[in-house]
Amino acid sequence: MKSPVQQTLPDIHRKPRLAVFKFASCDGCQLSLLDCEDELLAVAGAVDIVHFLEATSRIEPGPYDIAMVEGSITTPHDAERIQEVRRQSRFLMTIGACATAGGIQALKNWADHEDFLRCVYARPEFISTLETSTAIADHVAVDFELRGCPINRHQLIEVLMSLISGHKPRTATHSVCLDCKRRGTVCVEVARGIPCIGPVTQAGCGAICPAYDRGCYGCFGPAAQPNCDSLTSQYLGTGSTRETLVPLLHNFNADAPPFRDAGNRLRQPATPSSTGGRS
Amino acid sequence: MTESRSIRIEALTRVEGEGGLHVKLNGGIIEDVQLAIYEPPRFFEAFLRDRSLEEVPDITARICGICPVAYQMSAVHALEAALHVAITPEIRRMRRLLYCGEWIESHALHMHLLHAPDFFGVDSGIELAERFPDEVNRGLRLKKHGNELLEVLGGRAIHPINVAVGGFYRAPKRDELQRLIPDFEWGLQAAVATTRWVATLDFPDFERNYDMVALSHPDEYPMNEGQVASTSGLLIDVADYEGEFAEEHVAHSTALQSVRTSVNNCYHVGPLARVNLNFDRLSPIARRVADEIGFAPPCLNPFRAIIARGLEVIHAYEETLGILRDYRPFKPPRIEYEYSAGEGCAATEAPRGLIYHRYAINDAGKITFAKIVPPTSQNQRQIEDDLRDWLPNVMRDDDRQTASDCERLIRSYDPCISCSTHFLNLTVERTQS
Repeated sequence: MKSPVQQTLPDIHRKPRLAVFKFASCDGCQLSLLDCEDELLAVAGAVDIVHFLEATSRIEPGPYDIAMVEGSITTPHDAERIQEVRRQSRFLMTIGACATAGGIQALKNWADHEDFLRCVYARPEFISTLETSTAIADHVAVDFELRGCPINRHQLIEVLMSLISGHKPRTATHSVCLDCKRRGTVCVEVARGIPCIGPVTQAGCGAICPAYDRGCYGCFGPAAQPNCDSLTSQYLGTGSTRETLVPLLHNFNADAPPFRDAGNRLRQPATPSSTGGRS
Repeated sequence: MTESRSIRIEALTRVEGEGGLHVKLNGGIIEDVQLAIYEPPRFFEAFLRDRSLEEVPDITARICGICPVAYQMSAVHALEAALHVAITPEIRRMRRLLYCGEWIESHALHMHLLHAPDFFGVDSGIELAERFPDEVNRGLRLKKHGNELLEVLGGRAIHPINVAVGGFYRAPKRDELQRLIPDFEWGLQAAVATTRWVATLDFPDFERNYDMVALSHPDEYPMNEGQVASTSGLLIDVADYEGEFAEEHVAHSTALQSVRTSVNNCYHVGPLARVNLNFDRLSPIARRVADEIGFAPPCLNPFRAIIARGLEVIHAYEETLGILRDYRPFKPPRIEYEYSAGEGCAATEAPRGLIYHRYAINDAGKITFAKIVPPTSQNQRQIEDDLRDWLPNVMRDDDRQTASDCERLIRSYDPCISCSTHFLNLTVERTQS
């Protein structure tokens, strides 16, 4: 049974025991913690890091106060392992697009799995995987989700510090669009006709792509109440094709429901047989 | 009665990604050494098919959060070869600058937080900081500089957004790069001090007769281009890579293992291979420091790779400073191209060694075939081979100590398991028969 979602870390009167777990992923989100160069030793002093394979040889069994989970579930073994991680963890937070929405590897949810195996491995019989790549929340209760491909290390520190001080962690849910305005970036869509999914993508990256003369491609997943269909029909009316818009929605957060479904609706008329992915 | 035993490391630590080691012994005889890679497969080569070639640098970056630039650089060079695009000297210089950022970030991370703790018997870089606060803080600052360079030029440090087929989405502004100069002037001195420090570490007396493979370029220390060279005398064009090197699929690994087919043997890639094959093309200060600390090629002790990393960090700082001081914004940031069906390959030097990509594209600009050979799958068989030689030196009654000594050797390679998937868990098995 899934345990109820926690708002804050229960008061424990000692340094919280922190564990980092990895599932199918690139390591980039847990690296973000080591990338907090200025704050790393201070953070390490505020918590007790008892399980973080990439950073320390100290490996302690649970229970853990805070578990940070990176990566998606793609193997039968991992589907069981996440249950044990949940059982051992008071507050479980996912870090990054893989753990939160299945990651880039969720593209296999639209594909023929056997074909994928044969494409990469000469001996597919040595490989044991599930046909899908799914978010952690599809398997266990998740207390907090930190978005991004990769996550923003400042948000990570903020969330950790909130938890340690007994507050409810929060991150902004507005769109990248708003951050472009704050940053003073000229809109790449309006001024140059570059399709940009910043209007439906959650802020957190700092609106970097438009500041580098390219459209947002959705690393932080859907913003709150995104109207993806309105955006894509606008782009279809101004010269974009379905063929260019589907990959913008179906990439690093392809299996996040608003992006998944909007992308599927775009695919449908063109290729009726390719409306895969879970629904 | 023969005693057979098996040593297992279920989860290797202070490496990137997840894997283990399984050693099977029968009396004093090593029966089997398996570097087990249980990192779940992610099928990049499969889902790249039918994607636009413009997406490839963004997608392949996600193979590895530690060395995304290596994937981006190899991808764009291979695709440009397929499209017959020639980049300008300015774009080429900016790509070297981006790679310098990644080498500094990745090497500083491995040297201070992952590898150095082994020489002092502590569990982590964080613990090491209690004994060596100045050295670890200096290392973290070096690492931060690498990340800052990636952020300015790439947009962000992990999965940069500014790399495009043909060049960059936007050329950096002059002041964006010039602001970095004071930090890099401090960093060059700090990198020299760090390299002197790691040269004083207590290295195991262990050498192997390696066949070391790296890119080699007549005029520069190799990053983005060159021929494929080996210490046994091989010198071939990158286009002939697949004729000389092949990947094999073994049961204990979701990573494919590479061998040199002409000699049916394993080989060693990474900073030691690069330094040994390109020593005279290291920057002047890096060479001077090497002379001063008594480091001369060929170095065949894998544990000393930490010194090679230090020399490369010095080189990267020196080269970065030169580029930053001379920088003028350039146009165009990106070379235009037209779609045509074709095929192209490229090899570049990731922080942990040679990386090879090959793509086929159609006339609509879509990927029809992708092959990616990361550094760690090339080193995997070499590491197993090293362990067979290393184990008799470290075999004790305490399996945990033996396992820990094996892990030290593995760690000296800076294996990146996440990206080798298509790597590691140490197990020692002891039974009586």
